[in-house]
Formats: sequence, C-alpha cells, structure tokens
Amino acid sequence: MNQKFPKGEIKSIQGRSFTIKGDDIDTDRIIPARFLKCVSFSALGEQVFADDRKELKGNHPFDLDHNKGANILIVNDNFGCGSSREHAPQALMRWGIRLIIGESFAEIFFGNCLALGIPCLTASKEEIVKLQNLVEKDNNQIWEFNLKNLSISNQKETVKLILDEGPYNMLYSGKWDATSQLLDEEEKINKTFNNLPYLNNFKKEL
Amino acid sequence: MSSRTLYDKVWNFHQVKELSGGSTQLFIGLHLIHEVTSPQAFSALNEKKLGVKFPNLTVATVDHIVPTSNQQRPFSDPLAEEMLATLEKNCKAHGIKFHGIGSNSQGVVHVMAPELGLTQPGMTVACGDSHTSTHGAFGAIAFGIGTSQVRDVLASQSLAMNKLKVRRIWVEGELQKGVYAKDLILHIIRLLGVKGGVGFAYEFAGPAIEKLSMEGRMTICNMAIEGGARCGYINPDETTFEYIKGKEHAPKGKEWDKAISWWKSLASDSKATFDDEIQLDGSSIEPTVTWGITPGQGISIKETIPNPELLPKNEQQIAKDACKYMNLKPDEPIEGQSIDVCFIGSCTNGRLSDLQEASKIVKGNTVAAGIRAFVVPGSQKVAKEAKEKGLDKIFLKAGFEWREPGCSMCLAMNPDKLEGRQISASSSNRNFKGRQGSANGRTLLMSPAMVAAAAINGKVTDVRKFLQK
Repeated sequence: MNQKFPKGEIKSIQGRSFTIKGDDIDTDRIIPARFLKCVSFSALGEQVFADDRKELKGNHPFDLDHNKGANILIVNDNFGCGSSREHAPQALMRWGIRLIIGESFAEIFFGNCLALGIPCLTASKEEIVKLQNLVEKDNNQIWEFNLKNLSISNQKETVKLILDEGPYNMLYSGKWDATSQLLDEEEKINKTFNNLPYLNNFKKEL
Repeated sequence: MSSRTLYDKVWNFHQVKELSGGSTQLFIGLHLIHEVTSPQAFSALNEKKLGVKFPNLTVATVDHIVPTSNQQRPFSDPLAEEMLATLEKNCKAHGIKFHGIGSNSQGVVHVMAPELGLTQPGMTVACGDSHTSTHGAFGAIAFGIGTSQVRDVLASQSLAMNKLKVRRIWVEGELQKGVYAKDLILHIIRLLGVKGGVGFAYEFAGPAIEKLSMEGRMTICNMAIEGGARCGYINPDETTFEYIKGKEHAPKGKEWDKAISWWKSLASDSKATFDDEIQLDGSSIEPTVTWGITPGQGISIKETIPNPELLPKNEQQIAKDACKYMNLKPDEPIEGQSIDVCFIGSCTNGRLSDLQEASKIVKGNTVAAGIRAFVVPGSQKVAKEAKEKGLDKIFLKAGFEWREPGCSMCLAMNPDKLEGRQISASSSNRNFKGRQGSANGRTLLMSPAMVAAAAINGKVTDVRKFLQK
C-alpha cells in the first residue's frame, strides 16, 4: 500500500484506474460509522467500503487483485453525500486513491478531499460513462492526469475535466493545506473579531 | 449573484480577507466540537506545534458514542471510552469548555448549543458534523466541516470558504394538523432532490415557515444538508428572540436590546435578490415517509411505492436499488408496511416538542407486540423537562424504553443498532444503506408523531387517524 500522502503542488497524477458505479454513494457506505470509533485515521485504509465489500465477497472493485495499486477512481453522480466525516476521504487516501473523477461531488466531501490534496474533478454524464468504459476495457493501462490541461489521457483517448478556479489554484500552487495561509495575517483575524457585534457586547460604534 | 440576503450580510461581517486561491478567509464565531471528528484535529495541531487561537469560541460536548442505557464511566466499550477521554484531555489542555456526562448540559451537539443560547442570529457556526446546518434556524450561517477544517478553526478561528449561491424556498399557507416540520423538509428534499442544493445555501421563508416554532425550524434547517445544501437558514424574528431570551448565554440587560436591533437588521431585505427562488404550498403537504435509501425518496402516506420504470431516467437505477434493498414492491401502499423497531430521537427530532407530539399519540395506548420502541431525548435538558412534564411515564407505560441522551440509533455508533434485516420507523435524518448499525438494516424516515403511531400499530400508520380520535 502506497503510504506517501499528497504534498505540495499537485499538477499531475499517473496511475491505473478503476470505477465505482452508482449515484448518491454516501460517506456511510464509504466508511461505515462503526469504524469512526478511533482517535487516529491510520487504520481506515483497510475499512473503506467495508459493508459493500463484505456483501460482494471479494468481488468488490476495492478487493479485486487487478485494482491493487491503482490510484485513480472514477465515480458517478453526487459521490460522497451525507455525513461530513473526513474519515471517508482518509479511508480512500489510505487505501491508495490520489484522484477522483465523477459526474458531481457532495460539497463537504469535495472540500475534505481538497484539504488532503486529493483532487476531485467532474465531467458530463456522457464523458464519465465513456471514461468508465475505457477504464474497464483494460485494467493495466496507465492514465495520466494533467491539472493544467484539465484532462486525463491514456495516450489514445483524452477526456476533458472540469474544476473551479479556487480549488485549481490551491492544487496548482500547493496551498491546499490551508492552515498556514489562514495564519498568515493574524491581525486581520483579530480585526474581524473586534468588529463582530456579538463578540463585543453589541457595541454600536464598531 | 445574491444581494442583501441574510447570507450576504452575515458573510460580509465575517470576511477576514481574500485568499490567493480565490476563496475567502471566513471568521467562525462559534465552533462546536465532539468526540468523533476532533481527536485527529488536535493531534494535527500538536504536530504543527499550534495552539487554539480563541478557546472561548469553541464549545465541546459528547454525543455520538455515548451509550444510552448505562452511562457509568468507564464505558463498557473501550473504544468509546478512549474517544471521550481523549476529548476531555484535549479540552482541558486547551482551555475549552466541555459539557460532559453528568454536567446537566450534555446532549446532541445541535440540540445542546441552541438550548444554552450559544447559537444566535448573525453568527457563523461550524462543527465537524454535517447537521450543523441546524443552527441556521436562528439566522446564522452554519455548516458542517471535516477534521482538517476543525484543525484550521482551532488554529485560526477561520476557514477558507467559497461563497454559496442563495436559493429562497418560499412556503405558502400553513401545515395541516398531523403534518410537521419533518414532513415539510422531506417533501422539499423530494421535490428538489438530494443534490439539488449543492452549491447553494437554502433560505426557508414564507408564512408556513414563519408559523413554525424554533424547534420546527431547527428540524427544517437540520435536513438542508440532506438536500445537498451545506447550509440552510431562516430569517430571525420574534419567535427567534423569544426562544433565545433568558437562555444561559443570551445577551442580558442593555445588551439584549442592542442585540435585537442588530439581529433584525440582518434579515434578508424586501429588495434582496436571490440566485434562485421556488415556491410551494405548505397546506397541501401530507404526512411524508421515505421508502428508499436516500432522504429524497419520500412519498406521502397516501401514496404507493413508485414504479422505477415510470420515474425520470436519472432516478430509475437508484429507485431499483432501493426497492431491492428495502424489499418493497412498486405500487404497494406505504401505509400498512410492517416495522420492527421505532426510534424517537436525534438532532433532527429529539427535542422537547418532538417528544410532546409523540406522547400525545402514545398516551393511553400500547406498543404493538414484537415491536422494540425507544425514546432517546436529545439532551440532558430535554430529558429533564420531559420528565417534569411526565412524558417519560407516558412512554414507559405504553411499552417504550426511555433512554439517556445521545445520537443513538441515528447512526448507531453506540450499542443501539438494528439487527439483520430489521426495518425501523425512525425520526432521524438518514435512511442510507446500513446507516442504523446493521449492514442490511432498513430505515423509514418520518416525524416523531408518525413513529409513535407506527409503534402503536406495528406498521406505518397515518398519524391523523390518532388525532381524530
């Protein structure tokens, strides 16, 4: 299992890919609540999609031998809806996923992935179905994601992807880990604090 | 782009600066934490050698993992005990107020904070829990965050955020007898879909919303996230002020009057513009029940399970999956579906008025044979007030179990779980596959009064039949 987690600028990702099909896959399915009983994320990689995998008895995409070592996941619509648990992207990341492409993502999940340096990009339903078919045709092909071109390619075929400017810039510049940026100008934080009526006895002249 | 909405005004008050990536650094006025999503955030702070910037603006409680039958420490589940002990240790180390078991103020975080008067209009509220949208009921911008963001709020009292669009959902009329806030929000999610709100804040407005109590308003905003909207809010009014007045953390004396005038100024202007507006009639909504595996798969009690083939194309596959998982057949009525377990509680519907409405149905009746029914008050305060009103006795006499406060079987991180293929009538917020603790357990979401009616009859029942008696 690849345990080198994302760091710094994320401009390209290479690797093998596989698909998880279905709309509205919620974070309870990605990581069932019983695995949230932990004070560290370290064991979550093993537990990703635990119940779905148990049901499919070894035939779940996350169990198939030929998907071992793959790092790009192709999903459908509204992936990651429901609970805000960062345990879901943590579990995917610790299993080895470094890039997720789908029709759409739930907002909190998208933000949680970004905070870990895992890009989530979208494409139209047609493009995703096309990409899923291409991916499933050959498990061994190497896909190359290029952030600047907003595309993923297997040399023969290229699929254009969509990403908003904000997350694009954060990934491109390596500033997706927000903490240091947020602490850059502490006096501005203090100024905002001092201007909020409810934190200053509702004084009128602020 | 929206303008002069409450969302715009509160956003502007909290802007720290524009960040280089194009997002906004947003100040967080109230940060709530609990045992599940905070330990790794504190570990990350320690690794980065950072402290908590404003310890007074973070408030903690324990809710997800607490057992509801025996809360003696140490808990019998060592993992649950470790999580609580870690939270206690972190709060102590950083000077954060902790409302623990035995404090009389512990509870589900979204029940506890409003009842202490911590949640107020005009605030930004963040918590590592998607149902943080609940606090929008007070005219706050409130949203769920992940653990990395919990770390960021602890370190900087701020977050990198992108501004949302605002959709106003105007509800005309008035909810009919036997129809509750829960029915209204399930109906809205059915109409707009589980991802209809992605990219939006939902402003709930109109006569039917204004007539709701604060507890009803919290139920509505709580489930905004189930419709994909990270935050939902309601403009503050007299109902809001009346609720806050006198609460422990409410402004007092001269500050109270100043607070009211500021709060009033925050409501969306009559000339506010919205990115999108929709309107519906609250009077025509009937008791609503989910039949499937997403909160958007709801139908009125008078309807039948939809035939997937007749649904819009993009809903067909998930409807087929839902029929199979739930073992429900298309065109069968939802009324009369048998159930095994009844759960009244959660951050959606575990407040005093929820228990009161359910108790009206239960009073003088008995839980049907073979049904396991239990009530989990949302907080210590709710439990105390309910007991003072004798509600515990009504439920116990009818055959319900009366438990200690916590999140309980909403997400089953404590011992309260469905077993095997059991099907529940639940006042909680999610009917996802496996949500209530059994990998193939099934959930029907409905109002607490509807859960009570289901418990008495042992099957899904139109609560209005009880109200006519």
